[in-house]
Amino acid sequence: MSAAAQEFLRNAATKSADLVHRQVIRRAIDQYNQVVERRRARFLDWEEARRRCQEIKREAVDHLDRYLLEFEQRVTERGGHIFWAETSAEARRYIADLAVRHGVRTIVKSKSMVAEEIHLTPALENLGMRVYETDLGEFIVQLRDEPPYHIVTPAMHLTRAQVASLFKKKLGNVETDDPQHLVAVARRELRRAFFSAEMGISGANFLVADHGMVAITTNEGNARLGTSLPRIHVAIAGIEKVVPRLQDLALLWPVLATSGTGQPITCYNTLIGGPRKQNEVDGPGEFHVVLLDNGRSELLADVEQREVLHCIRCGACLNACPVFQTVGGHTYGTTYQGPIGGVLTPHLRGLDEFQHLSYASSLCGACTDVCPVKIDLHHHLLHNRRNAVRTAKRPWIERAAFKLWRWVMSNSVSYALFGWIGRAALRAAYAFGLEATPLDPLRPWTKYRPLPRIPAKSFRALWKENHGAE
Amino acid sequence: MKKVALFIPCFVDQVVPEAGLDMARVLQRIGYSLEYPEEQTCCGQPAFNTGYWQDAKPLAERFVRVFRKAEVVVCPSGSCASMVRNFYPELLAGSSLCEEARSLGQRVFEFSEFMVKVAHVTDVGANFPHRVAFHDSCHGLRELRLKQEPRELLRHVRGIDLVELPYAEDCCGFGGTFAVKFGMISAAMGDAKAGNAEASGAEFLTSADPSCLLHIDGVLRRRKSKVRTIYLASMLAQSEESGHAFYAGASK
Repeated sequence: MSAAAQEFLRNAATKSADLVHRQVIRRAIDQYNQVVERRRARFLDWEEARRRCQEIKREAVDHLDRYLLEFEQRVTERGGHIFWAETSAEARRYIADLAVRHGVRTIVKSKSMVAEEIHLTPALENLGMRVYETDLGEFIVQLRDEPPYHIVTPAMHLTRAQVASLFKKKLGNVETDDPQHLVAVARRELRRAFFSAEMGISGANFLVADHGMVAITTNEGNARLGTSLPRIHVAIAGIEKVVPRLQDLALLWPVLATSGTGQPITCYNTLIGGPRKQNEVDGPGEFHVVLLDNGRSELLADVEQREVLHCIRCGACLNACPVFQTVGGHTYGTTYQGPIGGVLTPHLRGLDEFQHLSYASSLCGACTDVCPVKIDLHHHLLHNRRNAVRTAKRPWIERAAFKLWRWVMSNSVSYALFGWIGRAALRAAYAFGLEATPLDPLRPWTKYRPLPRIPAKSFRALWKENHGAE
Repeated sequence: MKKVALFIPCFVDQVVPEAGLDMARVLQRIGYSLEYPEEQTCCGQPAFNTGYWQDAKPLAERFVRVFRKAEVVVCPSGSCASMVRNFYPELLAGSSLCEEARSLGQRVFEFSEFMVKVAHVTDVGANFPHRVAFHDSCHGLRELRLKQEPRELLRHVRGIDLVELPYAEDCCGFGGTFAVKFGMISAAMGDAKAGNAEASGAEFLTSADPSCLLHIDGVLRRRKSKVRTIYLASMLAQSEESGHAFYAGASK
């Protein structure tokens, strides 16, 4: 078992037993479900909207080469810079070099999961720069020195009382745990950063090919400030973020808002196409877009799983996932949590190390039902499992067990015989009180819940008794 | 006489045979003659879901051969029925049995689905004067899209007091090998389900999949809960005359 898998199991055990955590998440997701349901009902046909979003993303991803080049051309025409980063390290180096070259000391960052994916902030901090997360949720988890709990709602696991005491400790001047007051405290802190920052870093929700624009969605306006006040704006995005046309956003924006937070449309939707022009009064002097591959091309080449690149990072599958609700976002130990994390992470960071995330699902399919771009998520978990058995390390005992199982099941006589022996052995063992003890062969089951009374006779035996003469 | 073949999943055969027998009783009561192909073993789902497709494949082929002559196949588990209908075509891609598997999949039905959509019988004369909550099993609900069918059957049970189960569509945490590979997560999910069953005020929790109930029943007993579980067909098999024991744990 990989180190990551061992840590996952350890943390999952702790969090699964943490009832306070469960309650906090339950409440957050209940609220989310309520508003999302209302918003979905506002669509004339939500299912049709999903299908169209799926089509848009399929068109984009199937012709990624064309749309990315179109995007590059438009951005470059307007004086922006495109950097193609094949790996995380390349992306980090490009941004770090840029910051060093311009003598950057303070950076304001809006929310970006790709920045998390490439571990950008620690790299910049190591160079002595101060990086401020300006999304409120991200600002909170940054103060706690922990990664985002959830790709959309990074501080979902915290109550306002916890946030108040955190602010009091780190920022002072906190009087109540009234949300408005807490926001005001954060705003005071962040405004100073916005005005002093030389560089703004943002993610991108979409890259619009036909207009060569980066589309950024926030609820706090922080990306708008952070990309217009500093001298330099760097947007970082996975290559799969491209969409063909500006008009595609007419559907993708409300669908993202609906699935992400249950809003009809997110408060601030910004389109940025290049640096400030001569006659303009605001905007950055330099505009860079870092396009990150980091394993995505390989996923693109995998026809079976290519559609995983359709993901618009709305977080709906996390909210729907009973495993996510039970183990919490941090247990995954990855940038992307929940079902999409379980599908994607083995592709980005290796099947050997992260296959356990594809197994840590009951395959209930709730994720697939809510995905706004109709990614067959739980089916892809199955594909990852199959690939793991084919090419990665699995416990030898599991491999042997399934070989034996296949052999036994290949014949109804051996099946009935092994079934009879197994039940007789269990009945005898349990009669001696061995159930759930270390001697119980079914301990992995009985450790957590008892079995029903093991029947003396199988269905087939009982059937024969009653219908044998027919 | 109309005829159906019984597909009795391995866990039903070995661990909860009453669930299969009760389903057979109900089918007989509404006038079907039953055939139990004794050659059947397992549909292959445990291996398939764990990634061992090469081990699942011969069993899928075997299943197709065993049931190929059956006109209609009925199964007391949405999960196993879905395995055949939804996943065999992919698992058997490239096999000479693939097309046959696809057409067989259209003739394999989960019990409540069969009752409502094929047999068009919703009232089997069952009597069950208890307060009951219904848990949607994931594969019945989301792979076979069965939401109303089991409820339709429940509504016609005499004396029943149906109550709403909070978060009825949330997974109970069984998930096949997930239940043993990630026991602590599975048990915590089961705990949430059990808590909701208790909060519903029901005496019995029922479901169209005995595999979920196998797990939930264990969790309930570990909690020393008063709520008991009963498989849907076992409830429907209860008429005013009959009164045989519930399969799961109640006596333990």
